[in-house]
Amino acid sequence: MANSQYIVVVGCGRLGSILANRLSSEGHSIVVIDQDEQHFSKLSTAFSGFRIVGDAVESAILKRAKTDQADCFFAVTDQDNINLMVAQIAKEIFQVPKVLARVYDPAREQSYQELGITTISPTQLSAQAFLESLQLAQAVQV
Amino acid sequence: MKLILIGSGKLAYFLTRQFASKGYALTLICSDQADALSLSRQFKATVILGDGSDPAVLQDAEAYRADILLALTPQDQDNLVACQIAQQQFGITETLAIVNDPDNLDIFEKLGVTIAFSATEIIAHLLEQHLEFENIKNITPVAEGDINVMEVTLNDDSPAVGKTLQDLEVSSQAQITCIVRNQYITMPKRWTRLQAADHLIVVSRPEYAGQFLRVLTGKEA
Repeated sequence: MANSQYIVVVGCGRLGSILANRLSSEGHSIVVIDQDEQHFSKLSTAFSGFRIVGDAVESAILKRAKTDQADCFFAVTDQDNINLMVAQIAKEIFQVPKVLARVYDPAREQSYQELGITTISPTQLSAQAFLESLQLAQAVQV
Repeated sequence: MKLILIGSGKLAYFLTRQFASKGYALTLICSDQADALSLSRQFKATVILGDGSDPAVLQDAEAYRADILLALTPQDQDNLVACQIAQQQFGITETLAIVNDPDNLDIFEKLGVTIAFSATEIIAHLLEQHLEFENIKNITPVAEGDINVMEVTLNDDSPAVGKTLQDLEVSSQAQITCIVRNQYITMPKRWTRLQAADHLIVVSRPEYAGQFLRVLTGKEA
């Protein structure tokens, strides 16, 4: 692939493993970091990237993942604070051009948008989807 | 002064005790129910059960009126986010956080925490300072403990290197009695010049020992 990117994914849960599998199959170089080795079982057999067992809050682990060379960084553990912290480290310390963090709590999300971190909130997205489907249903009724 | 402290366990207990006795207005945010209950019974402080990095909990703690926030949980990420939310949403300018990973010290300060400190770093530093006295060995009390005999090794950077014993005199009660140089014994004279890697056998009264060691090695004993 011509524009193969180097992507670091922190957290190999449901979301992290989907992202890693998909991006790997598209030909990108992927490093996945998770504290629990068993979580890597969610990666498909075709996954060709690297796995690092460790706590991403420890910056030595991010260094080992060569975060400074990454084109893109996804923070998708199940803890907002971990995602927010590692995303800031990736952006401010390792100067990764594209950094995204999953944040469940909309109240927390707001502060970080002000700090220049791109966040995705599953809570907001599902709320939106629910409301939209309601509006659609109403539209159909009308 | 109004303080918000986020933490639990012994650290929270003893700090609360100290701050309460100084009369600070203290609000404690504690994520452990048993700790929160016992702290609220023991001290004249507002105790809130919850996650200190949650903006709603900080709101309850009246963070907008606080002067200082201390984030002292064992999780670096929780401490960082609590400090940042406190600054961003509640305008607390002074934030202090404990970090576990010493590498996070610089990172926290870069990301806006006023003061970050690491117990690991402090302990490691104390230990290193202590080990710097490695060039003083084998302190033995003699003459019923009134006199100390010790072995002092000179490094390249010891201030006594290149000086004569005459130059170094502090008191007749602290003396270099013998120099071991290249495994051979030399009896020192007043004009003997000291060299790096010399082992000095020093005999002194305890009250002069510190001063004399400082002259020899440049370090406080």
